[in-house]
Amino acid sequence: MSDKNIPDKMLTVEDLEIKFDLRGKTLNAVRGISLDLYKGEILAIVGESGSGKSVFTKSFMGLLDQNGRITGGKVMYYGADDGKPVELTALKKEKEWYKIRGHEVAMIMQDPMTSLNPLKTIGEQIMEAVRLHQKLSRAQAKEKTLKYLEDVGIPHPERRFNQYPHEFSGGMRQRVVIAIAIACAPQILICDEPTTALDVTIQAQILELLKALRHKYKLSIILITHDLGVVANIADRVAVMYAGDIIEIGTSEDIFYDPRHPYTWALLSSLPQVGVKGSDLFSIPGTPPNLFTEIKGDAFAPRNSRALKIDFLETPPYFQVSPTHKAKTWLLDPRAPKVDPPPVVEKIRNGGLI
Amino acid sequence: MLKYLGKRIGRSVLTLVIILTIVFCLLRLMPIEGYFPNFEKMTPQQIQVGLQEMGLTDPLPVQIARFFKDLLKGDLGTSRIYRANVPVTEVLSDKVPVSIKLGVLSMIVSLCAGLPMGALMARYKFRFFDKLGTLFIVCIQAIPAAVYYLYIQLYGTQILNVGLLFDIKNPKYWVLPVLSMSLNNIAFYGMWLRRYMVDESNKDYVKLAKAKGVSEGGVMFRHIFRNAFVPLAQYIPTAFLNTVIGSIYIESLYSIPGMGGLLVTVIKKHDNTMVQGIVLLYACVGVLGLLLGDLLMVLLDPRISLGKKEGDR
Repeated sequence: MSDKNIPDKMLTVEDLEIKFDLRGKTLNAVRGISLDLYKGEILAIVGESGSGKSVFTKSFMGLLDQNGRITGGKVMYYGADDGKPVELTALKKEKEWYKIRGHEVAMIMQDPMTSLNPLKTIGEQIMEAVRLHQKLSRAQAKEKTLKYLEDVGIPHPERRFNQYPHEFSGGMRQRVVIAIAIACAPQILICDEPTTALDVTIQAQILELLKALRHKYKLSIILITHDLGVVANIADRVAVMYAGDIIEIGTSEDIFYDPRHPYTWALLSSLPQVGVKGSDLFSIPGTPPNLFTEIKGDAFAPRNSRALKIDFLETPPYFQVSPTHKAKTWLLDPRAPKVDPPPVVEKIRNGGLI
Repeated sequence: MLKYLGKRIGRSVLTLVIILTIVFCLLRLMPIEGYFPNFEKMTPQQIQVGLQEMGLTDPLPVQIARFFKDLLKGDLGTSRIYRANVPVTEVLSDKVPVSIKLGVLSMIVSLCAGLPMGALMARYKFRFFDKLGTLFIVCIQAIPAAVYYLYIQLYGTQILNVGLLFDIKNPKYWVLPVLSMSLNNIAFYGMWLRRYMVDESNKDYVKLAKAKGVSEGGVMFRHIFRNAFVPLAQYIPTAFLNTVIGSIYIESLYSIPGMGGLLVTVIKKHDNTMVQGIVLLYACVGVLGLLLGDLLMVLLDPRISLGKKEGDR
């Protein structure tokens, strides 16, 4: 890491480990993740349910559940107003987090139906964020709120201001949630499966909105999803997560056109878009590993029909594929036998998906 | 809203009429021996004359019609045995205000103590204060009220230096009965508010509020407390009315001249007009409590709209 690069980075994560105490046992939810987030980019984190995507990002806001704790590594934040780096993992008190939450890092949650307070008008809820993070009078805050409502594409903001969440549709509510997030004027926006609870046409609208807002408000966006279609549509870079670790990371092109990790291959193969009509859709055999036990070797090896012997013995390090692309698989080791990617990769390259 | 209210009040009145009619008919089924203190020594003629004087020989519908006609004029009849020849309204107007005052005071005390207790318990969930509160609630719920009422009287009168006989004009004498009556409700509000607040605090919108950067206290008060109070609010009027009605034991313990226990007494004494009057009062109070509870919900929860047909949800 050279000094020259630091201003461009918003966030660096080094060897982050998060554990949960659950029924007397310890769950290793995040196992040594390292990651950089650059200014103004949309970084997608993909992975199946339970792979630790949400937990990972919640640790940037100090919102881990009570039984969760960070046991190793650190998260540095570089976007603070005074330009000083902040070590997020060193923040202990709730009070210290108030400066980060909303103001530096804001979040959009999955289900817009439940993430708004049902007893407050949406105007109040957006204004709460505006007044917390931007020092404005009531009248100014209201004006700002109306502007945000317009920005997120809610017609008749004046009238909508005084309405309650139950008077909004799901897509509109998600727009309100987004308005709340940008009303905090954050540097980083974490979108935790923002479109999962919405139907397909609304999904596309919300993604378009996020893209537009990113430029307007100069946001760096972390997009958590398990929908690769969404990723292809919007992300600059993609991190593939499996069993609490990022096993491959690269630009969208790297991941879709030149995937290297067998798990990424498997994920791409199971996309419905690339399935052949009439034949069964590919599904990954087996189940994700039990995170209560220590994982030896490549976490995906037991489900990988073409796993190497070493995959069961030792955890692979990152192998750099290109300056932007790296993957944790022994297949990239010079000594490894040549294993061809599955046919789906060729198909996507020929214009199957994007 | 107004239309709904009108309908609702109309229905309440109908309910009252039905209750009164049923009670009226049931009272007529009581054995006639009870009406006369010296029944055994009376001749059949004397009995007949006595019944006629009371209007009990007329056919039932006529009696009912007469009762409701008098009721519309505000006349509940006169007490015959409990306090002979005193109008029922007068008997009640002596006693009701005392009970209501007791009930109002105890409600204020229980809300002022119970709500903060529940909120603090939820705020410091599983910590010392929560455990202390739980201990209090369990004690109040598990120990028969009579036991701690007696102790409160025993030690309270000494500490406050008040006599055992109630003095209605001295505010000092109100402290112990009000406190005794509040204890149960304090535990009730504390327990349910804690529970509703813990429920609310696990909801997504609370997480979003936290992610917005709202302070812990702000989230607790502006979001969680406000929302947890809604389901509780519905029960407040009813709880209040229960306090008014259910103070028999405390009123007799401190010999407060309220109406606790009055109903039982007059039923035993066969004083039909008094029974009717008290039943009317209790029924009014019950119906009113439900109505107020619902109205309170409407005021607090924008999702509930009365009268309008629910469109989308």
